[in-house]
Amino acid sequence: MAVNVKTISDDELFYGHKACAGCGGSLAVRIALKILGRRSVAVLPAGCMSAVGFNFPQLSFANNAIISTFAGTASMMTGIQAGLKALGKKDFQVVGFAGDGGTADIGIQALSGAIDRNDDILYICYDNEAYMNTGIQKSSLTPFGARTTTTPVGSVIKGNLHNKKNMFEIVAAHGITYAATASIGYLPDFMKKVEKAASIRGTKYIHIIAPCPTGWGIKTEDCVDIAKEVVDCGLWYLAEFENGEYKLNRKIKEFSDVATYIKKQGRFKHLTDEDIQLIEASRNKKWDYLNKYFN
Amino acid sequence: MKVVLRDKKTFTLDEIPFAPCYKPGLVAVNSGWRNEKPVVDESKCNGCNLCYLYCPDGTIFKKGKSVGIDYDFCKGCGICKKICKQGAITMESEK
Repeated sequence: MAVNVKTISDDELFYGHKACAGCGGSLAVRIALKILGRRSVAVLPAGCMSAVGFNFPQLSFANNAIISTFAGTASMMTGIQAGLKALGKKDFQVVGFAGDGGTADIGIQALSGAIDRNDDILYICYDNEAYMNTGIQKSSLTPFGARTTTTPVGSVIKGNLHNKKNMFEIVAAHGITYAATASIGYLPDFMKKVEKAASIRGTKYIHIIAPCPTGWGIKTEDCVDIAKEVVDCGLWYLAEFENGEYKLNRKIKEFSDVATYIKKQGRFKHLTDEDIQLIEASRNKKWDYLNKYFN
Repeated sequence: MKVVLRDKKTFTLDEIPFAPCYKPGLVAVNSGWRNEKPVVDESKCNGCNLCYLYCPDGTIFKKGKSVGIDYDFCKGCGICKKICKQGAITMESEK
């Protein structure tokens, strides 16, 4: 039976951390660790979650956790998994929590290698759509139009000119054992996916969208609602990849308004109606593709 | 400087020292971060535990049929107030 709010463990394994109020990434880490339990070993590269979790002597992880190099999350996970196996340990799960920059830009080579070797690891990417820890710089998962400190709004160029990288499909294209996308707005779906991933042997990848109130320019209390809305308006999708097939978990009959979603966020404040139409057009194109190739 | 090679010694896996490690522990509270604190009205709460699930800090715990809040670590983000369909959580300003 799938784990739900009544059956989830009461153990808090990520507690007392120094993340900003309303942090989406810390919610993803907390829920994933609650499901994986104390016998999971967490690997965190440079990024928000390692910066807020390991302020010695304030150590917030109750399970084994270690900071890795920025580029080497997946390779350190491989090493830990191999080491524990050599020591004869059983019944453990090595889990990595990397941000979008640590996954799609800096750590992609190590991740690709780990998937190629099919090591028994669970890689969770919490995607807050920019390098938030260092003060909001653009990453390759920053969406079109977003203002960051490296893509500022000027008189000619306004915000990020590039679209978000299709990281989920890049990972799936390796022929990975299991990959999924999730959103912190739909936690039961995320919990189901983490539980499923933990029961599968081989490389697993979960890409969870985790809004950052500081970087996105939203109120702290709106964090979960925004994460719901990004799925409802079609700019993010909940899907799974297993046995070589894509599956769409949440089919949306009617999208909610993209403009309402965009207007709530400070990082999109400068966007004009034409820009929003561009975003809508690219969303429709993406969903044509999803409806064609995803079950 | 002359390079000195150490004697070759075989050892088992058990003899390899582990890296330095520290026990988890908290030394400071986060309560000073907030301007507002959530207060639960237990008569309105129906025990759906959504606030417990969606709290980024995990400061809300199940307490009987209702929930309690660990005010030492609550940062006052207000997600619990927004997620509560019963309106059982209100934000009160800190004095």
